[in-house]
Amino acid sequence: MSTTRPFEQTQAAPAGPAPGVISVRNLNFYYGDHQVLFDNTLDIAPRSVTAIIGPSGCGKSTHIRVYNRIYEMYRDQRCTGEVLLDGENLLDPSLDLIELRRRVGMIFQAPTPFPMSVFENVAYGLRLHYTLSRSELMDRVEDALRGAALWDEVKDKLHQPGTALSGGQQQRLCIARALAVEPEVLLMDEPTSAVDPVGTAKIEELVRMLTSRLTVVIVTHNMQQAARISDVTAFFFEGRIVEVGQTTKMFTNPANKQTEDYITGRFG
Amino acid sequence: MKLSIFRSSRGRGDALFHGAAVGAAALVLILMAGLFVDLVIGSRPSLEKFGLGFLWSAAWNPVTGNFGAASSIYGSLVSTLIALVIAIPLSLLIALFLVEIAHPRLARPVGGAIEILAAIPSIIYGMWGLFVFAPYLADHVQPALQAVFGKVPVARALFSGPPMGIGMLSAGLILALMVLPFTTALMRDVLQLVPRVLKEAAAGMGSTTWEIFRKVMAPYGSRGLVGAGFLGLSRALGETMAVTFVIGNDHRIAASLFASGNTIASTLANEFTEASNPLYLSALIELGLVLLVMTLLFQLAGHLWLGRLEKNTRGGR
Repeated sequence: MSTTRPFEQTQAAPAGPAPGVISVRNLNFYYGDHQVLFDNTLDIAPRSVTAIIGPSGCGKSTHIRVYNRIYEMYRDQRCTGEVLLDGENLLDPSLDLIELRRRVGMIFQAPTPFPMSVFENVAYGLRLHYTLSRSELMDRVEDALRGAALWDEVKDKLHQPGTALSGGQQQRLCIARALAVEPEVLLMDEPTSAVDPVGTAKIEELVRMLTSRLTVVIVTHNMQQAARISDVTAFFFEGRIVEVGQTTKMFTNPANKQTEDYITGRFG
Repeated sequence: MKLSIFRSSRGRGDALFHGAAVGAAALVLILMAGLFVDLVIGSRPSLEKFGLGFLWSAAWNPVTGNFGAASSIYGSLVSTLIALVIAIPLSLLIALFLVEIAHPRLARPVGGAIEILAAIPSIIYGMWGLFVFAPYLADHVQPALQAVFGKVPVARALFSGPPMGIGMLSAGLILALMVLPFTTALMRDVLQLVPRVLKEAAAGMGSTTWEIFRKVMAPYGSRGLVGAGFLGLSRALGETMAVTFVIGNDHRIAASLFASGNTIASTLANEFTEASNPLYLSALIELGLVLLVMTLLFQLAGHLWLGRLEKNTRGGR
């Protein structure tokens, strides 16, 4: 990458395996004194889609909010354990948080276009993390919008407010914004829960395409969605990871009774 | 059919409520128009004698009966400008601190204290300004300003003259102090309305707290923030008692901020009781009219600005 921030060096991708390998070790999470995650241990392969499923309040979102340390915005939230990204413990307090968040992007339940134009939304992270010429910026914004399958729909309204797009387009705009800074991992927290079925289908298709370049971890309450788009599924229950396995196996022949009950709709 | 009877009796109540609401709203407009008309009638002698020249004449001589609004307008604008230049950036920073940085255990009492400050009667600010603040300013701040800017070409003129403690600068500072809690409380409320998920999204892109504020929270709340600024402006423009205490009440336009001056409001407060002849009185009433028109113009400018902001940042929704 030729255009990193001048004052810091992006960690070069190791020559061997693709970047974006995540290993969670004994992760415990607390809201104040209240523990919500218990000894989560999980391995996520690079350039795959991992779906995290489980009933409401089981800690799915909390779990992925550790990966980019967004939980640190809140004073009473803390965790113990290790989350290794390409071998580096990202919970290390000395880690550069800004660079971590470039490497690990996040998409939220509701689309979060910033109060600025479509173009500026996508350029947002580029301007934060890189020093680019105007033409490089244009190119990178276009690439990101193409990467999010949105370019054809917005190329004539780049200077309109991001909030003027439809809900599904807004969510893909947020994906483009995250992709623009070339993350290794994309966290998605129920990204289609506020999007109509057509928009949802587009986003699901996009998620499949994204695995050619990064690792996706997606929280979803929609089991069909998990079955359609993920390679691996992890089932959470009351803050613990009950079962992790290949999605096809999880949905046809789960090893655990609780998993089976959940995916067959007996509870949750 | 029973249902429709039931609805029509409720409909009467609704019509009554509708009428009351429209009437109350109309009353505001009628009062406003009445006030305006009354001011115009009251200032007719002055309007006829001085015409538009009233606005740019700096004369104010009750003995010869020659009046002009320029020094009062100038004083109102300059003291308000000083107040806003100081108060708006500070209140933005305080609001940001309260919403984003401070621990809730600190933010709550500080926020409460700010609301109390906003509610302190202005006469108390005036007395404090005259007896405590102005002497301090004269002894410490003004000499320091002269020492710093004494040799800087243009700024020198702003801080020239004897450091008396009362004058335009003191009035501006007291106004800043009075506007500050008010705009801070408003801006804090605006910033609190920024959705949590939007801030998380900005943080998730690798923004620092300052970047989140400057690039996402401030544009998101731009309407409210500008609105808060304009409310602060209106407040500063119309503030009377505190300014009257510390501005020196002198009808003149001086380059130095240390010099005495006056504002429209302070002139009115000072001189209504002495206005012995009809022309003098009507000149004062015309000053009031000028203040009303100025306030309306600033409000209009504020609305136009807000409209533009809406188009640039969030329109199309």
